[in-house]
Amino acid sequence: MKAPPFAYARPTTLDSALELLAGNDDAKVLAGGQSLLPVMNLRLGAPALLVDISRIPMLDRIVVDDDGAVTIGALVTHAAVEASPEIASHQPIVAAAAPHIGHRAIRNRGTCVGSIAHADPAAEMPAVCLATDAMMIATSTRGDRAIPAADFFTGFLETDLADDELLAAVRFPASPVGARGTVVEVARRHGDYALAGLACRLVFDGDTITDAALAYFGVGPHAQRVAPAEAALVGTSGDDDALDEAVRLVAATLDPPADVHGSANYRRHLAGVLCRRAVTELRSETGEAR
Amino acid sequence: MSDTMNETHVALGGDTTISCTVNGQAVSVEVPVRTSLSDMLRSALELTGTHLGCEHGVCGACTIVLDGAAVRSCLMLAVQADGTEIRTIEGLATDGTWHPIQQAMHDHHGFQCAFCSPGFMMTAVAMLEDDPNRTEAEIREELGGNLCRCTGYESIIDGVLGAIAEMRDGDGGVA
Ligand SMILES: Cc1cc2nc3c(=O)[nH]c(=O)nc-3n(C[C@H](O)[C@H](O)[C@H](O)COP(=O)(O)OP(=O)(O)OC[C@H]3O[C@@H](n4cnc5c(N)ncnc54)[C@H](O)[C@@H]3O)c2cc1C
Ligand code: FES
Ligand code: FES
Repeated sequence: MKAPPFAYARPTTLDSALELLAGNDDAKVLAGGQSLLPVMNLRLGAPALLVDISRIPMLDRIVVDDDGAVTIGALVTHAAVEASPEIASHQPIVAAAAPHIGHRAIRNRGTCVGSIAHADPAAEMPAVCLATDAMMIATSTRGDRAIPAADFFTGFLETDLADDELLAAVRFPASPVGARGTVVEVARRHGDYALAGLACRLVFDGDTITDAALAYFGVGPHAQRVAPAEAALVGTSGDDDALDEAVRLVAATLDPPADVHGSANYRRHLAGVLCRRAVTELRSETGEAR
Repeated sequence: MSDTMNETHVALGGDTTISCTVNGQAVSVEVPVRTSLSDMLRSALELTGTHLGCEHGVCGACTIVLDGAAVRSCLMLAVQADGTEIRTIEGLATDGTWHPIQQAMHDHHGFQCAFCSPGFMMTAVAMLEDDPNRTEAEIREELGGNLCRCTGYESIIDGVLGAIAEMRDGDGGVA
């Protein structure tokens, strides 16, 4: 189908974009368009005004601080994240997520920040944000604010972002010493949205896990961490006994949806399998901290 | 690039003018602002080689090369392509001679109904221009976003491998 009619504006400064958002009730930011245009073509959404941010300078930057914190601007595509040596060395879990996102042609246009603002329940980046305690940098004519990932994802395709706010960047704080991370998922076809997925970051002191983050996607209305299972891993080496307990707690905590692609029980089962896979992978990784 | 690049471009419904380069030729067309890039190519420019299967990004039939990268033309507005350089299936052959990917797909029976073929070939061209030394596993991964309902994919993969051989040492790899 074709998109319903709308008005279109392509500002060339951040200020004029923010004024357009503040002055129009039914305006939407257009970034890569890889989620918004399907939504409009399927007539699931009909915003009155699209504010195309693609020609605003400086938003396409990846900034690395001395301590290894990485800030990704609103126009950085998934493909640019995937290709960035800085992100691969300082935030490998972010780099690990990128190849799972859609297909090459989608990643060439879609933005990292756009997928966070869109907050699809099966998207990888929101879970990576939760696993790394990332900060969302929102801006509007009213000023800037930083929103912790834990407060940002509020429901199915819903975030804490107000209608007049633009998500200018996402900031990943420096990885703790001894941290290792990975993103694992099960999808019908590589690149499709996941049936179930997990962004997992473990902090090791020698062989002992001192901190754990298990952030699931595709198994609820939005990405979510499973605190009881995380607690079961801390203080262990991630051995079979600890894993059995963590997997039990994952299944007991999650309440996944059922649809044509899989039943709730199947997704719950996958969530456990992914927990085992991720922890086993990270345990066997030696040397370089992630 | 057009003048609209330097100031806020506003189109309050109605029509808008798009200036871009298509297959090496500068074009300027007026289309309704809600026109997708694929519809601009097919209807306004009559380049109907770019096919539309799903119009929501899933099938890959509409893939074109924009500023050197493969993109879904159904998931772009024409107005977003203002100032860009576009290549479509119609631009692959030169002076009546097929591009190696077209020849190799033909030789390896990569076309059946050929609805998917323009998307596959434009995806393959962007991939090989980015890095011609692709393994079969990489080709399968990169073409994984394109759907074909006829061939079962094997002949398409063979065609791309054949094109790589042809581009490398003039040997299309057909037994
Ligand atoms: C076939 C297909 C497969 C896909 N598979 C996956 C997948 O496996 N995993 C995955 O994560 N994604 C997937 N995607 C979606 C893709 O990741 C999108 O790129 C991403 O979700 C949105 O980024 P965008 O820049 O395209 O945003 P747009 O489509 O432009 O915008 C999406 C929404 O976010 C809002 N928005 C965007 N940027 C901002 C901003 N800076 N500030 C405020 N609001 C903003 C828009 O207003 C809109 O509501 C897929 C898409 C397709 C078509
Ligand atoms: S028509 Fe564009 S991806 Fe199917
Ligand atoms: S040849 Fe018919 S869809 Fe591919």
